[in-house]
Amino acid sequence: MKRQLNIRMVLSLISALAVFLFMCWADGHLDAYISRLLHLWAIWLIFGLAFNMIYGLAGQFSLAGAGLAAIGGYIVLLLTLSPREKEVMYVLEPPIWPISVIQWPFLPSLIAAGLVAAIFGLLIGGPALRLHGSYLAMATWGFSEIVRISANALPNVTNGALGIKGFERVTNLKWVWGIALLAIFVTKRLKDSSYGRALRAIREDEIAAEAMGVNLFPHKLLAYLFSAFFSGIAGALLVELLTALGPALFAPAINAQVITIVVLGGIGSITGNILGAGVFTLLFELFRVIDSPMHLGVITIPGRPGMRMLTLSFVLLGLMLFYRKGLMGRREFNWNAAFSRLQTLLAKARGQEIES
Amino acid sequence: MTFSDFVQYILHGISLGSIYALIAVGYSIIFGILRLINMAHGHIFMMAAFLAMWGVRQYLIPLPISYFLGVVIATITMVVIDRVAYRPFRKHSMSAYVTAVAAGFLVQNSVIVFFTPYPFPFPRPAFAWKVFHFGDICLPLMTLIILAIGTILFLALFYLVSRTKMGRAMRAVSEDLEASRLMGIEPNRVISFAFAIASIYAGIGALAWGMKYPMAQFTMGVIPGIKGNVASVMGGVGSMPGALLGGFILGFAEIMFVAFLPTLTMWRDVVAYSLMLVFLIFRPGGIFNVSVVEEKV
Repeated sequence: MKRQLNIRMVLSLISALAVFLFMCWADGHLDAYISRLLHLWAIWLIFGLAFNMIYGLAGQFSLAGAGLAAIGGYIVLLLTLSPREKEVMYVLEPPIWPISVIQWPFLPSLIAAGLVAAIFGLLIGGPALRLHGSYLAMATWGFSEIVRISANALPNVTNGALGIKGFERVTNLKWVWGIALLAIFVTKRLKDSSYGRALRAIREDEIAAEAMGVNLFPHKLLAYLFSAFFSGIAGALLVELLTALGPALFAPAINAQVITIVVLGGIGSITGNILGAGVFTLLFELFRVIDSPMHLGVITIPGRPGMRMLTLSFVLLGLMLFYRKGLMGRREFNWNAAFSRLQTLLAKARGQEIES
Repeated sequence: MTFSDFVQYILHGISLGSIYALIAVGYSIIFGILRLINMAHGHIFMMAAFLAMWGVRQYLIPLPISYFLGVVIATITMVVIDRVAYRPFRKHSMSAYVTAVAAGFLVQNSVIVFFTPYPFPFPRPAFAWKVFHFGDICLPLMTLIILAIGTILFLALFYLVSRTKMGRAMRAVSEDLEASRLMGIEPNRVISFAFAIASIYAGIGALAWGMKYPMAQFTMGVIPGIKGNVASVMGGVGSMPGALLGGFILGFAEIMFVAFLPTLTMWRDVVAYSLMLVFLIFRPGGIFNVSVVEEKV
């Protein structure tokens, strides 16, 4: 048993390394458009993982991801930009003391972004996780909105509605995919540990879980802290990609997109999340065609800007109605299943009988 | 702050509170029956006002007819959304919630695509500009009208729920859907009726909002929708008197906040969210202490 585990782990490690090396190569050699798509894929992947951790694993429908990502974005920018840049950028009001002088390298700033988001996750999760269902959703949505309004109303911290822009991007594919792979690893370890099993029990039936001796609140809070950390990091990476941040960027509407990804891939499945993020990024770009007029033979579909978002809303609605399981359901990718399926395929190709 | 200022603020709070109460009662009705927070409610609110504006502006339909059509079309849309998107999820409230978010998103994007993303002024009837003056105090006629409309509508609602057969059916379905089916009530019809009532009230609230703040845009439903939600939570989700009370308390709290702390005007919306958080954390049952039921994912 232990030997089998080792082989699988080695295989996973090799594939992760392969992906990372590919991304290292892709940094300079790939077309800029495809490179950006890959970049976005990784970011949506991390967003989806954060939401999956709290909804897929623990069953808590929290909409705080938007607010936590905003916090992560602001923290990373406030820490990495030089005092000179800030002085130039803050036209409404000069920045307050620690912000005006601080400048850290990127990696500590990123970790700080995640940690601060985790602290806020603690602040909101502590009281809110006692609630269930719609109440939790409302409370966390309120939190995201408060973050957005605070960002707007504190120009000496966040430059108010003008936002922060005009800086050089520090991240590239290596960074985001490295972090994405790390996030996948952490989520997988969490899911497979005893904590993960406890979270699954909580998701299925809280009362039964409590009867089995699972302490509800610490487990939910742990999942929430992880989720908040990764939300913050995802927000930070997205902001670095877009090289602009304003209070409107992380409006709670972004939650709808994250939900689409998770539902598309399969709630609770990490591989599903990876696939879902990829499909979503692809669809998001492919649907750009809809924004301009399309000619299909004799039919002309007039293009209006915004039809893309309309189509995506239909996609989400359709997913919820007809395909709620998502691509992977609750299943994960594992090497044994992959190999046995490969064997069956090869056997069929050779025309042999499949022995059960 | 002078006395006349204070009276002004009170009047303003009353009219704002009435509108919030109209939106909140929609949330409460739906939650009472389906245990679902209808996230699309705010966007239906927007749709009613927007269509009313569009009818007058684009097609030159006379004002009262355009108002009527706006509310009617918004109501029909909501009933259709219920039929298509919410009905499969009668049992799984969490998936219904996600679907509601998707449906709201859909309504908003439909308005952007099929009409316009740009804001336009909302058409007001002539009497909406009339203001009475009592010394220093300005009393806009709109405030009285909104108050009168709100009172009539709420009295009608209470009559509906307590005296009519349909009201009894609604109360029965909110108690126990299966048992009401056994009693010969068709729950889906009652639910569609409830959605229609909720949308009509929200639509009228939207017209009142449009007459008060005459600007129509696809985002205008988001903030009033959330505040209506907050108001219904404050009063106790599912309770209609609670929605009424919650709406007025929220309206007053917001106005008084801006009145006493005018430098913090930007934080005006935070009043609503903070009140919601406080109520959710310390008294999720709201003022009337409605029972809080767990929902299955």
